[in-house]
Amino acid sequence: MIKKEMIAMLLAGGQGSRLGVLTSKLAKPAVAFGGKYKIIDFPLSNCINSGVDTVGVLTQYRPLRLNQHIGIGIPWDLDRSIGGVTVLPPYEKSTNSQWYTGTANAIYQNLEYIDYYNPDYVLILSGDHIYKMDYEVMLDFHKSSNADITLATYAVPMEEASRFGVVITDDKGCITEFEEKPEHPRSNKASMGIYIFNWPVLREALITMKDQPSCDFGKHIIPYCHEKGNKICAYEYKGYWKDVGTLGSYWEANMELIDIIPEFNLYEEFWRIYTKSDVLPPQYIASDASVTKSIIGEGTEVYGTVESSVVGSGVSIGKGAIVRNSIIMNGAVIEDGAIIDKAIIAEGVVIGAGTELGVGEEAPNELAPHIYSFGLVTIGENSVIPAGVKIGKNVAIFGQTTIDEYPDGLLKSGSSIIKVGE
Amino acid sequence: MRAIGIILAGGNNSRMGDLSAKRAVAAMPIVGSYRAIDFTLSNMTNSHIQKVAVFTQYNSRSLNEHLNSSKWWDFGRKQGGLYVFTPTITATNNFWYKGTADALYQNINFLKAAHEPYVVIASGDGIYKMDYNKVLEDHIATGADITVVCKDIKPGEDDLSRFGVVKVDDDNRIIGFDEKPLIAETNTVSIGVYVVRRRQLIELLEACAAEGRTDFVNDILIRYKGVKKLYAYKMDSYWRNIGTVESYFNTNKDFLNKEIRDYFFREHPDVYSKVEDLPPAKYNGEAVVNNSLVASGCIINGTVEDSILFKKVYVGNNCVIKNSIILNDVHIGDNSYIENCIIESRDTLRANTVRTGEPNQIKVVVEKNFRYSL
Repeated sequence: MIKKEMIAMLLAGGQGSRLGVLTSKLAKPAVAFGGKYKIIDFPLSNCINSGVDTVGVLTQYRPLRLNQHIGIGIPWDLDRSIGGVTVLPPYEKSTNSQWYTGTANAIYQNLEYIDYYNPDYVLILSGDHIYKMDYEVMLDFHKSSNADITLATYAVPMEEASRFGVVITDDKGCITEFEEKPEHPRSNKASMGIYIFNWPVLREALITMKDQPSCDFGKHIIPYCHEKGNKICAYEYKGYWKDVGTLGSYWEANMELIDIIPEFNLYEEFWRIYTKSDVLPPQYIASDASVTKSIIGEGTEVYGTVESSVVGSGVSIGKGAIVRNSIIMNGAVIEDGAIIDKAIIAEGVVIGAGTELGVGEEAPNELAPHIYSFGLVTIGENSVIPAGVKIGKNVAIFGQTTIDEYPDGLLKSGSSIIKVGE
Repeated sequence: MRAIGIILAGGNNSRMGDLSAKRAVAAMPIVGSYRAIDFTLSNMTNSHIQKVAVFTQYNSRSLNEHLNSSKWWDFGRKQGGLYVFTPTITATNNFWYKGTADALYQNINFLKAAHEPYVVIASGDGIYKMDYNKVLEDHIATGADITVVCKDIKPGEDDLSRFGVVKVDDDNRIIGFDEKPLIAETNTVSIGVYVVRRRQLIELLEACAAEGRTDFVNDILIRYKGVKKLYAYKMDSYWRNIGTVESYFNTNKDFLNKEIRDYFFREHPDVYSKVEDLPPAKYNGEAVVNNSLVASGCIINGTVEDSILFKKVYVGNNCVIKNSIILNDVHIGDNSYIENCIIESRDTLRANTVRTGEPNQIKVVVEKNFRYSL
């Protein structure tokens, strides 16, 4: 008989629209992080390191790259005869068909998957945070506090608490009240979007709430269970946790990796992070090159200068090129003499010779100021930037661009060129 | 595929000095992230050979660890697979492999049970890319009994006296074969890759064993060269054998050359190895790295020039490393100076260590200091 104590359901269907052109063609969990990883590697590695060997990954937005990355789960040792990783896309039913309309709705549509494994507990995860967490410790807490539901919380600075859903607990860690983005928060315990449910409790709630439009854990399921009198406890997580939902926080989290001893340390033997990686040769640093305060992926060839940057695998950085304070993802080509300051350059981008990124004064982005800010230049995957142009700050580019699209060879701060063809 | 693969990876080589103390030459780490045998294994899989047997006996722990899963080279399939044959005691035999032919003979059931008509035999310590199907086609076209892959060595490129030196006629038929001659008659050497019909091989091995002979080169190739048709297949692409400290060092340093890197790693087909899930290399503020290869998991605080850092090397503050090879998982303490050296894997060099060799006399450093946890 098949029986798993706890299985994980990983919500990976969101676009992550605040990452702008980085997620034009791929879901947020498939975005690269830290030179060789993808964001989803963190929850997947946490699962296997915590002994959770059955993971359903719920996909919806642009799943191709995510599917290619996950495959049958070999890199995470999640290729199992019973359990392992299963990608769960929305599907057609005999009576109706619908997309996943909310986080809880996605789980509801996969009741059969969960029932098959006959679990006692179900762990709900989201695919867009950078952290190392032992879910088994959280499960122990869940069991010892006799809770029906445990949600993980993270202490955020009080002044930022109003951006989060916060919980108010009694002295035993039981949650007495919820506040969603409160104006005057009474607690700084923010919900991390990580839940452990007793499966019968969750099952009942999902079925009762099945007609709720856009059924969501935070907005509907948790309040429903709270009202019904289920015991909900808060598990306080104290390690490193970073939401990389905006370009600014994504850039910052990458830059934190290059500190001498980073708070989030990828070099520890314990709790290794796994990823699908090609077998690649070592990186080559040429005679005239200089690399400082940076992390560099396998197979990259550096002939220029790299400073305070995170560079992925198979990148080439030409002679005389200068890369500073930037994130360069796998396979990008920075031609000779290009100067790049504070940019996020996605996979396979080609930056022409002598082109400069991040010049001049900052100006708010004209297209989407709430997305393209922080003074960053963001270039979407496989874009081409011609040689010899200058590009300002808060700029977004996606697609193959030619010199004609840069009046007087300049794309001033705050402009965008976005060609998302289907 | 019409052939099975056999990789002879059992050998030690005294000319590797201290480097071969803990591993067979085929298991030598090379070019930062590979081991020597990866090149032959990748050639096999890229030639669509699905069933490969690796013969090993000298200090095989390191090799076994590397071959712990066949999936890295895509051999773990229902058809075929990767087999590792180490000597075992049987009812009729309790000896080690007494030679390469003996190793094959002791496992002759593997050859007999196979259904593929041909066998590709390769040594595990060559660094090259090759499509063995080309050799097989040539083998069939010439009607050879055994085809020996050969290469012309340029004067001064390597020491001919450490190879099998062959002499061929105008049709590439081998008419002379000297194993490790004191004076080489020609500059054509066998690279240790042979193609032979499976039944022919079984017959030769049985005849060889009946006479109490044990070595594939001396007792089969050389002994039968007049009786059987031995043909040479000339290869002219990059090939190096890493059997001596000098050739090992030079082969690694060849990869500082862009053309050679591009040939191996950017041109189809790829070279595969075991994936180790290490984080990317990290360069701290004082790092100065020039003309060097750096593998994953390294952390660099000092100066590195004309060198190769293998996986997980830690270079402390104010260190200077010149013209050296630092093998896997070496910790180099602050203020150390290393020039013209090969540092054995998993070593710990204390702070202020100075180790220098000469450009033509590379020093192999083996230190077994306790590594203090940081």
